Amino acid sequence: MSALYVAEHQLRGMRAYGWTVVVGGIGSPLLYLLGLGLGLATFIDTPVASGPHGPVDYVVFVAPALVATAAVTVATEEFTYTIMAGFKWRRLFWGINATPVEPRQIAGGLVLATLVRMVFTVAAYAVLALAFGALDRAWSVLVLPFVGVLGGLAFGLPLMAYSASITEDKGQFAAVQRFVFTPMFLFSGTFYPLSTLPVWLHWIGWVSPLWHASQLGRWLSYGESEPGWLLATHLVVLVGLAAAGWVLAARTFTRRLRA
Amino acid sequence: MPGPHPGPPAGPPAGPPAAPVAGRTAAGPVVAARGLTKRYGDLAAVDGIDFEVAPGESFGLLGPNGAGKSTTMRMVGAVSARTAGDLTVLGMDPDRHGPTIRSQLGVVPQEDNLDTELTARDNLVVYGRYFGIPRAECRRRADELLEFAQLADRARTKVDELSGGMKRRLTIARALVNEPRLLMLDEPTTGLDPQARHILWDRLFRLKERGTTLVVTTHFMDEAEQLCERLVVVDHGRIMAEGSPADLIRRYASREVVELRFGADRNEEALARLAGLGDRHEVLPDRVLLYTADGEALLEQVAARALRPTTSLVRRGSLEDVFLRLTGRSLIE
Repeated sequence: MSALYVAEHQLRGMRAYGWTVVVGGIGSPLLYLLGLGLGLATFIDTPVASGPHGPVDYVVFVAPALVATAAVTVATEEFTYTIMAGFKWRRLFWGINATPVEPRQIAGGLVLATLVRMVFTVAAYAVLALAFGALDRAWSVLVLPFVGVLGGLAFGLPLMAYSASITEDKGQFAAVQRFVFTPMFLFSGTFYPLSTLPVWLHWIGWVSPLWHASQLGRWLSYGESEPGWLLATHLVVLVGLAAAGWVLAARTFTRRLRA
Repeated sequence: MPGPHPGPPAGPPAGPPAAPVAGRTAAGPVVAARGLTKRYGDLAAVDGIDFEVAPGESFGLLGPNGAGKSTTMRMVGAVSARTAGDLTVLGMDPDRHGPTIRSQLGVVPQEDNLDTELTARDNLVVYGRYFGIPRAECRRRADELLEFAQLADRARTKVDELSGGMKRRLTIARALVNEPRLLMLDEPTTGLDPQARHILWDRLFRLKERGTTLVVTTHFMDEAEQLCERLVVVDHGRIMAEGSPADLIRRYASREVVELRFGADRNEEALARLAGLGDRHEVLPDRVLLYTADGEALLEQVAARALRPTTSLVRRGSLEDVFLRLTGRSLIE
């Protein structure tokens, strides 16, 4: 219950940059879907993927990965600077800490508020993808957001734990953006199948929540053929990362606020 | 509770049934610490202190930065577990009843942590929600508290645009939103200009008159004298002395103090010729202090010895002198 008060407060605060949330949430998918679907796709003659009924359009291949990326992007914003601000720049968490609310409930409220923003962003993305004909199965518009959000949390919760442990800002978040997010975005089967890469680069995909979420999304949206054990692995990795991230984040919040 | 109805704060919000009934009786002390200790590794930030705060009392912890005042406040505020010793707050053990205790405390931290992007009023409403107070009631209390903090005309101003003194008053208003039984203020006026300090003291004085129990930390002796009925002088995590300001001054200083400046190099030299004057003396880098019951008489004796200080001043003995006597150092370094 207390976590809801934290979420309420955070969402109130998000209004300050609500415009960015809305424009980013709708503008970014428009740009990607138009750019990749209308532009890049016209150069790609060889089909990159196929479903049960043969090859699918490039934009159909890429859409589930873009949906997951959108959730991860929200995570890179809300689980970094927001956390640093709460502990250090604006010190909001210390104020909440003096109330009956416990540190893990503060962390939980932040996750809830981020979840709201993620769901909005990812759902808008999925609906636009449907409108652009990027979803082979129309019903997948209903389940794709869940996979995207799961990917966002699998990346975001460990990141939140890390952010909560930082006491001095020495550009760590810019480094995460450059050396973690960008390589993950480019090398984990977002724009081409992971199998295209040399084998020695495949590990990036395997450790990347984005790859696991993209593959699950592809299986749902156009029926990418993945063996059952691999689908289970995707799910286990995503849930496992999110759960481990949550445990670490809650512990770090408690340790820091209750020193 | 501040507002049109004077009198002691209303009953605390209903806590979990597990809370002992002792926490509700008015008779016991609001805070009781015995051998209270907090260690971080080898460093003892608070080194075995004993004190009690009675209901309705305003109690102070006076000491320099780093004396362990804030750490003590964090333990009393049930956000930091003690390493050793006994502590009860409102009759409960903070280790076991943290949320219940915190639901009945108001905390004004050393550093403001208001939400600078929200308006003054929204800050109070949002904070009230953390205590489980219904939204409509939060809004009602917010308006009342803004009035009390003399910020009614700033209700819709973003906190970013408020002055330092206004932010501080808003922080105090925020700490009252749950109608606390104990209000804790950590260095309430540090960083404020004299006028803002006096406005703030006036507001705190009103709370005191209404029977709110206050615990204040400060390294300003004038603040301690203004606000505290009783205080402990702390240094290096230990209590050096305890009593009312007047009592401490009587015991450790003198009624009046003569301050003489002879110029940096000549203070020591002049001291030899001051021998026997006053009850006691202290030599600071820039001046000599002589403790006495009658400052003017002593000043005449100084003149009689043909000493020519560059400046001389007679003032009342203060807590600053008490601290100097007890620790050999000044409060503000």
